[in-house]
Amino acid sequence: MKLQQSTLLALYSVLEFAREPRRQFSTAQIAESYGASPHHLAKVLGRLRRAGLVTAARGSGGGYRFAGNAKRVTLLDVIALFERIGAPAKMKKLPLEGAIAQVLAEIDETAKATFGSITLDTMLKIVTGRRAAGRRPGSAPPAR
Amino acid sequence: MHLKKMSAARRKTRRARRADLAQVVEIDARITGLRKPAYWAGILRRYRLFLVLTERTKVQGYIVGDVRDWEFGSPPCGWVFGIGVRPEARLRGAGAEMLQAMCAEFRSRGVYKVRTLLARDNALVLAFFRSQGMMAAPFIALEMDT
Repeated sequence: MKLQQSTLLALYSVLEFAREPRRQFSTAQIAESYGASPHHLAKVLGRLRRAGLVTAARGSGGGYRFAGNAKRVTLLDVIALFERIGAPAKMKKLPLEGAIAQVLAEIDETAKATFGSITLDTMLKIVTGRRAAGRRPGSAPPAR
Repeated sequence: MHLKKMSAARRKTRRARRADLAQVVEIDARITGLRKPAYWAGILRRYRLFLVLTERTKVQGYIVGDVRDWEFGSPPCGWVFGIGVRPEARLRGAGAEMLQAMCAEFRSRGVYKVRTLLARDNALVLAFFRSQGMMAAPFIALEMDT
């Protein structure tokens, strides 16, 4: 399963914002953390703002801040702003094409259900759990 | 906040009794739209791990589970077959409390893994189990017409 770079940046950004909802983040901070171009990230954040997931304040000390409900917004809500998972397949002429399309649709449906069942709040709990596991003596280092 | 604490102090999770069945049937019917009294009477007969969460005398939710050995090739593990909370009693930790009580029952039987199976369009309950820390199990559910 691969998501587009814009989608991944949106997920990283919105999760960073949701983790510290009172903090203002600058585009440069997020861009640097995730090795993204500030210009590309600005476009991504603009889309998140239009969707009401973040608010933007201009001027010095300005930046982006989370504006959604972390217990309600799911990963799928964010992903759907950037790409479609499970877009209806075009009618296939050959039986093999149809059969392969059916299997791909099955995978898409599972992916949609997975992304749709994980809220930002749950995702942040997973991150916290992985960090705690990484600190336990004898445990494997957290995956990056 | 104060009300929430009081409410939590008055509620408890315990084994279901015959006298609870009418309320369990009602909760299930409100969620699924189907009244199934015979089904729930059968659940009470067959499963020891049928718990209810009560506030005073009112049943606010139920959870049904069982320990299954070597089914689907898996070492003994706990299964949660069903969970339901009155719509007006949600978002107050009732589901989490019942799941924790069920997990305690599993642990007391030497079982340290809990699984469940859900329709993938059941977003509400899927999100609930995810919020409790559940992740995808290494199984794939399959079906066909017989």
